[in-house]
Amino acid sequence: MKMDRRTFLKTTGAAVTASALPISLIKVAFGAKNPAKDFTFAYISDAHIQQIEGSKFVRNWDMGLIRTIQEANLLTPRPDFFFFGGDLAQLGKKEELDHGLEIMSRLRGKVYYVIGEHDYYLDLGKYWESKISPLWYSFDHKGIHFIVLNSILTYDKWTHKNWADPMDRMLAMARLDNPEGSPFLVGEKQREWLKKDLEKVDKSIPIVVCSHSPLQKIYKGWNFWTDDAESVQALLKPFKKVSVIYGHVHQIQYNQIGNISFQAVMATAWPWPYPKSYVQAPSHLPKLTVPMNRADPFFERDATGWQFIDLRTGNVDMHYQLPDNKNRSVVFNTKTGRPQDVKYQNVGSRIPPQNHY
Amino acid sequence: MKDMKKLFGVLLIGLMLSVVLTMKLSTQADEFTKQDEERWTKEFMTVVKEGERLFHSSALGKNKVSCDQCHPNGANTHPETYPKFQKQIGRVVTLFEMVNWCLRNPLEGDPLAADDPRMVALLSYIHFERRGVPLAPGKH
Repeated sequence: MKMDRRTFLKTTGAAVTASALPISLIKVAFGAKNPAKDFTFAYISDAHIQQIEGSKFVRNWDMGLIRTIQEANLLTPRPDFFFFGGDLAQLGKKEELDHGLEIMSRLRGKVYYVIGEHDYYLDLGKYWESKISPLWYSFDHKGIHFIVLNSILTYDKWTHKNWADPMDRMLAMARLDNPEGSPFLVGEKQREWLKKDLEKVDKSIPIVVCSHSPLQKIYKGWNFWTDDAESVQALLKPFKKVSVIYGHVHQIQYNQIGNISFQAVMATAWPWPYPKSYVQAPSHLPKLTVPMNRADPFFERDATGWQFIDLRTGNVDMHYQLPDNKNRSVVFNTKTGRPQDVKYQNVGSRIPPQNHY
Repeated sequence: MKDMKKLFGVLLIGLMLSVVLTMKLSTQADEFTKQDEERWTKEFMTVVKEGERLFHSSALGKNKVSCDQCHPNGANTHPETYPKFQKQIGRVVTLFEMVNWCLRNPLEGDPLAADDPRMVALLSYIHFERRGVPLAPGKH
């Protein structure tokens, strides 16, 4: 079953309405001439599994991930694979990562992992690397080149300063609004690796980069920011179609910079305010972005969610699955050359909860 | 002549006393100095600082969750909109009641009295991070 965008969206909408569950009886055509390349994948991020003590973990965050996996297991046809976008743990502890992996093991399908700062700064990724995944790597899948970066590194003088205990470093990085924090970096070593990795790739092959932090600069105070973003963007510039998917921000964000589309994914744990709602400092949310709903805390899963993705156009089309809100789709518009919300992009069609202040 | 002198003396003392009293009273009621202002600001900022500590503390509730996990820099608390009608509670509430809602629910802890020094500190921090924003009571 091949579908154009209109039929695809209609069917998706109908399926969701009929079942009140994000089961989508779809198969998306990547390219009409090459049906072998049809595929979808799903993206889950920012679970922040948090230990209270012993075998007790914060119920709210556990439930966010458990619910997501239950929903994602209903996707039909099955996505080719899943991504986990980082911050599986809250404080990088083995107990948290193990508990998170135990929940993740209920997910039916292969998972590619991206590391987040909450997974990293206790032991600098040692447990993650030994048990879960390399910190950066690439692979090809049905004509797409996927790249995973560890974008949450920072300057050595901060990482290796005289911390009394590694947990002090973890807590300092875990505090989003920490004035003593340090900006994220991909770093020279990984940029060298990326340069070499990209040398083998034909310029017409669509590229999808998955990182935890935005590979663009939005607000430094909360690390919605990667300090060497421009250098990474420059390496991606020669390619025709590039999409960057990132976590960390716990909110809908999208942008287009030259040939690169940027899309953020939701957290399963909790939503974050948009930086503009902190009025003491300037921030730069992309103008293109129609925000997610301002969260109503009385609905525990409001403004949280997960997403499935297709690459019908060669760029990322993001379908946000939002348990307490109407689902949203931000798809690449081939005419305007940028991602757009299929329903809310026009100012007149926006709803009051999307107004952040 | 002696009596006149005495009377004059009494009047003079009375006048001086009243001048001194007037001056003293007016000093107490009408004037404060730069030093006073500095002291009051310092007192306030000490409480703000304590509020910032509590807001980022995993010990305020009972499940290690802290306020800043959802509200970096106190953002999305909107202190300028209170008191306001909170549909889920079904009446007009003040900000401290919403702080207590958060203490009970996401933090799975116990509520604080309105005049508990910890509540005063939390509210001071929340308001301070929102300084400069016009009041908008009732706004949703």
